Amino acid sequence: MWDFLTFVFPYAITFTIPLLITSLGGLICERSGVVNIGLEGLMIIGSFASALTIFRLYPSLGGSAVWVGLIVAAAAGALFSLLHAFASISLNANQVISGTAINMMAGALTLYFARYITGSGNIHIISGLQRYTIPVLSKIPVIGKLLFTQTYTTTWLVLFLLLASWYLVYKTPFGLRLRASGEHPHAADSAGVNVRLIRYIAVMFSGAFAGLGGAIILVTYSGEFNGSVAGLGFLALAALIFGQWKPLGILGATFFFGFASTIANVSQVVPALDNVPGLILKAFPYVVTLLALILFSKSSQAPRASGEPFEQGKR
Amino acid sequence: MKLKLPQIPRQITVSLIAVFMGLVGGAIFMISTGSNPFAGYNFLFRGGLMNIERIGNTLATATPLIFTGLSVAFAFKTGLFNIGASGQLLIGGLSATAIGLTVVLPKPLLLLIMIVAAIAGGALWGYVPGLLKALFNVHEVVATIMMNWLAYWVTYYTIPAYFKGEFMETESRRISDIASLRVPWLTEMFHDSFINLGILLAVLVVLLIWVILNKTVLGYELKAAGFNRHAAEYAGMAVNRNIVLSMTIAGALAGLGGMALYAGYAVNIQIGILPNQGFDGIAVALLGANSPIGVLFAALFFGILHSGKGFMNAMTQIPPQIGDTIIAIILYFAATSVLIERFLDRIKKFFSNRTTNKEGS
Repeated sequence: MWDFLTFVFPYAITFTIPLLITSLGGLICERSGVVNIGLEGLMIIGSFASALTIFRLYPSLGGSAVWVGLIVAAAAGALFSLLHAFASISLNANQVISGTAINMMAGALTLYFARYITGSGNIHIISGLQRYTIPVLSKIPVIGKLLFTQTYTTTWLVLFLLLASWYLVYKTPFGLRLRASGEHPHAADSAGVNVRLIRYIAVMFSGAFAGLGGAIILVTYSGEFNGSVAGLGFLALAALIFGQWKPLGILGATFFFGFASTIANVSQVVPALDNVPGLILKAFPYVVTLLALILFSKSSQAPRASGEPFEQGKR
Repeated sequence: MKLKLPQIPRQITVSLIAVFMGLVGGAIFMISTGSNPFAGYNFLFRGGLMNIERIGNTLATATPLIFTGLSVAFAFKTGLFNIGASGQLLIGGLSATAIGLTVVLPKPLLLLIMIVAAIAGGALWGYVPGLLKALFNVHEVVATIMMNWLAYWVTYYTIPAYFKGEFMETESRRISDIASLRVPWLTEMFHDSFINLGILLAVLVVLLIWVILNKTVLGYELKAAGFNRHAAEYAGMAVNRNIVLSMTIAGALAGLGGMALYAGYAVNIQIGILPNQGFDGIAVALLGANSPIGVLFAALFFGILHSGKGFMNAMTQIPPQIGDTIIAIILYFAATSVLIERFLDRIKKFFSNRTTNKEGS
């Protein structure tokens, strides 16, 4: 059992991290009152932007091209998310339709350019990030073996961003305005908060984080852009709901989903899991989210104005 | 009381402008990759329409889109957003394929049972989110997204376990000729194209849905729930029942699309793909202004884009993804129709100002 855990844990964490950062972006966005179904598409944008950057810069920059790629991915995600922000904040468009358009556009457009650039539509990166073991911390009993061996720098970066976001949302004036915009935009407006600006910033956060999430998939475990992130953006959305729009909640939810997916992936090679049908493990996050929605339907922590356009004249 | 101007011409104008913007956007991307957009569009539309075989293929490509578009539009009428047409289509197709691969019967009877299976599969996938919405007020957008991925994984594990293909693990066995919607007379009429009975079924269903929405009490109640749920409740309509019913019918429609896709256009199911047709259906419904007839035309237009893009890719350097890009841009502009409406209002104002000025001077 212990051997199995130490074997699975690094993979589970690797799988969790992109979900976590994307879900965190969704959290900031929905807390401001904008629903972002387009997370999947924004992840694809990030994956494409970083793949292209690394593909182009690796010959001259070597290993540090990966980091440039991550930054470019976040910037590209933020820029692309402006489309969603413009539609849903400035034009009061249906946010779900706009998000769906983002998803479709991202998938098609990145493949379009990838095919133009490489001919095949796939962009293979020569080198991603390397796993390493943190010297002293890995000697700590139990958690040292689970958390500090075979780890990626991006894991710690994302955990830091989680902490920073928690501070931003709960402990700063900006966070207060953000939450007010999502709960009761008109009250926030009459208190002098620029609701539209706050929402624009929040949507760009989700774009940057989702872009980063897509890029992290690329530089850690996939190594190749292929025009899809296999529904992870939607899984991040599920984690956001299952985690009830709270930073710690989504940490738990994404790890839960990451762990379940990892077990589903390795179940064929682990004798003890051979008789657990893969379908159950793969379907698990979605079923759990549906159940969570039912359970929390009476006491949902969803931001009250989430998904509703803000019309200044309407009080 | 001032009479409202008739709605329909305005909606058609908005849709046409959205299409125009989509084509302009596509042209910009073609130029940005160094291609000539006029040549691109020439080959794109020729690829979809230049001979009878290609027209047949366009119709066959459009068929699933008619069903998913109807599905999304039907739910929209009740104020519900069915983003789960992909999953419903997949399960409908899986159910139909399962029957087609296991049951041996005379063709008409077998097709009938497969259609029933496709309807049942899709309906179940729509019923669940509908029920969750009615009972627990679970948002149907999230519920249908979850159902999409449940459908994805159910198909992912069912196909290799029970219906594995002869050569590939990742696709089902091919269905036999008797289990396919393709019929010799239609195939020959369109010179060996993919066209199948699905298109006739689709047109029938378009008419049926038009009748349900516009000529029946049920349609009236569904639309009432969409306009104002509380008013409908107050008027004594069973809104919750109607929500479940609307999602179930929407699911059934998408399920039929699965039949048309996997047992008509194609001959087997591939795993690991959430079919795009469900998301295209959202664009189809929006472009068609949620009316069954509008859906029919919007789906045919997207059918041309999808079936012509391969030819365009063969004749030019333009990657086929331009078709999906154009559809996504159209969807974006359909979603932001406010922008177009404002633009139209401004034009109208401009002209009316000019006429009043003339009268004044």
